[in-house]
Amino acid sequence: MPGNFITSRLDAMLAWGRKFSLFHYPYVTACCGMEYMSAACAHFDIDRFGAGWTRFSPRQSDLLLVVGTVAQKLAPVLKTVYDQMTEPKWVIAFGACTVSGGIYDNYAVVQGIDRIIPVDIYIPGCPPRPEMVLDGLLKLQEKIKTQGQDWRWKKKSS
Amino acid sequence: MTTRLQSRARPESLLLNMGPSHPAMHGTIRVMLELDGERILNSEVEVGYLHRGFEKTCEHRTWFNLLIYTDRLNYVSPLINNLGYVMAVEKLLGLEIPERAQWIRVLMSELSRVSDHLTCLAAMAMECGAFTAFLYKMKAREFLWDVIEQTTGARMTTSYVRVGGVRADLHPDFEAAVRRGVDETRRVLKDVRGLLDKNTIFLGRTRDIAVMTPENAVSYGWTGPCLRSTGVAYDVRRAQPYLTYDRVAFDIPVGERGDNFDRYLVRMREMEQSLRIIEQCLKPLVRTSRAPAGLEPAEAIRAARDRKPEGPVRLSPNLEGSEKDVYPEIMASAKEAVIPPKEDAYTTIEGLIAHFKHFMKGHGLRPPKGEAYCAVEGGNGELGFYIVSDGSDRPYRLHLRAPCFHIVAALEELIRGRYVADVIPTFGSMNMIGGELDR
Amino acid sequence: MEKEIVLTALREAFPADVLETSVSLGDPVAVIRPAALAEVMTFLKKEPWNFTMLLDATCLDFPERPERFEMVYHVFALDGARRLRVKASLPGEGAAIASLTGLWKNADWLEREIFDMFGVGFPGHPDLQRLFMYDGFEGHPLRKDYPLRKRQPRLPMRPES
Repeated sequence: MPGNFITSRLDAMLAWGRKFSLFHYPYVTACCGMEYMSAACAHFDIDRFGAGWTRFSPRQSDLLLVVGTVAQKLAPVLKTVYDQMTEPKWVIAFGACTVSGGIYDNYAVVQGIDRIIPVDIYIPGCPPRPEMVLDGLLKLQEKIKTQGQDWRWKKKSS
Repeated sequence: MTTRLQSRARPESLLLNMGPSHPAMHGTIRVMLELDGERILNSEVEVGYLHRGFEKTCEHRTWFNLLIYTDRLNYVSPLINNLGYVMAVEKLLGLEIPERAQWIRVLMSELSRVSDHLTCLAAMAMECGAFTAFLYKMKAREFLWDVIEQTTGARMTTSYVRVGGVRADLHPDFEAAVRRGVDETRRVLKDVRGLLDKNTIFLGRTRDIAVMTPENAVSYGWTGPCLRSTGVAYDVRRAQPYLTYDRVAFDIPVGERGDNFDRYLVRMREMEQSLRIIEQCLKPLVRTSRAPAGLEPAEAIRAARDRKPEGPVRLSPNLEGSEKDVYPEIMASAKEAVIPPKEDAYTTIEGLIAHFKHFMKGHGLRPPKGEAYCAVEGGNGELGFYIVSDGSDRPYRLHLRAPCFHIVAALEELIRGRYVADVIPTFGSMNMIGGELDR
Repeated sequence: MEKEIVLTALREAFPADVLETSVSLGDPVAVIRPAALAEVMTFLKKEPWNFTMLLDATCLDFPERPERFEMVYHVFALDGARRLRVKASLPGEGAAIASLTGLWKNADWLEREIFDMFGVGFPGHPDLQRLFMYDGFEGHPLRKDYPLRKRQPRLPMRPES
């Protein structure tokens, strides 16, 4: 039906724009930050995939890249930052500590950030190699391409 | 929660929160400022946002297993943390390390130290706006990490330095990789010095900002490059030489004024000295030839059913470097502390039993009852491990003397009276590493 | 032996308060009464001993002993790179020891950490608050009776800070 064809083409165009211009907020806490720096710099560039611009403000970014262990003390800050981001937003859990608490199963560490905020892509590793980070980023771009885009007149009911 | 700052602040001053999610990639620390315009009247530093319960977790892990937690302390120089912990345990056990292992440890420590300083200064420069310096230094760091990865298998969290020696011998091509890394780092350092050393903007942001006097620094317990920048020439490698540091020649760069620029310059010069040490380590470590690889593992195990295999066995790639012929050179021959070489573990019954008993719960590495404090020169200063053993297979208490804990304790005093923009290079020059600060 | 010199001097200056001295694995150790901590540290910091740096302060927890907490201080002298370990045992109930913030500035944070992790009080400390754990955390994590994996109830999100 021509109506669906047009909306799917519009969807694809919007997805193309969104996935190749991801502004990420590097919420860097711990050791994975070093691999994030490696992934972002000249050797294993993430700028090649359009995600090069770091926006250190939640209002201006659409990808929350949670890098490194989230301690119980830091959890409310993470939730606040996530809430401050504007739609559409995606979250990547980078490193074993954000995926599941990692090697720290104790009183002080949140056992996986999906206990606090919804996560789109999980990148395991302690720390993950920069190639894995790039793979995770490409998977996120695939996900953005295939998920329905949110249009201004159709609010998502989340 | 009304913090101490909020309760004591004047009502007319502005409270600014440089919150835990810091744009500068230093990990997580919260600096609350009481401002009069742009001038800082008072500040309060809140830490603990990366408290991961390292010390408590280590009380529940065996002495061998907790090595991985030490990697993640000062995560830009993990091999030095491994070394500090391992040396404390060896002090309790009274182990002698073979000489080749000592040279390898020195080489790896210095590679880690250069990575640490590169990362610190790269972040400091980037936050002042010099993004190019950041990219150049990250490029140099990649070459050094290539060297580390070639031998240890991991770029960062290596767990390479083990009790009794090191896990594996150096890769046969390590010399070429080390020379490449050293050349690239020298080139990068020359470029960055040309960009930053006489740069008006950089000097304006760092010269005479956050000056620390030597007496104040000692009262705060500063050690390492920050203390040396104030003029006190204390370096654990020179004051109490460990491993083979008494056999290598290196200088201790010392600053004059103790401001941000001196902390930057001391680190740059220290990197040059570390590269010098790395080159001196190459000579005792270079081998001309290694024994050729022998039987396939399956054949060796089959042959072991009849008799002990005579020739060397070719191990799988992740065990390369720990073959039986090099094992005595990289690991001390102490049965209670060191696992047997893999050929013995798989082909002889004594080796199998020794290996099994090493990892059995309640057995294995059990240092005698007592306590020990061992200090090494970390990237930030004196990294000390204080361990208390009660004779069991788990530590009773493991305490880390984190160098940057004491350095950051002085931050409140250093930024008082300065502008908001001065907080960034001051904090960057301190090299706060969250994993070490909060443990 | 030169490491013994400072221990002998300590024993002579504080005959009633120094309980025992030894050299353990190359480090001189002195065990003192907790009430004498401030005087002993002042004595060590001055000439001629010049232990001008407080390297570290920590605490050990022995729940089965009547003197449950054992405070351990490492002091350091830059000339000659001399080290000394000073230990003092405190009872479990109402454990408190004099604060060293008047002598060394890093004692501030070190004592806050020990208070946070063990619950030892430091009368004389300007502002004894928790350092690592969040506001609203109950208990002292590094004590032996605090389980490793204990989860505390979620607190409501605060509007600011």
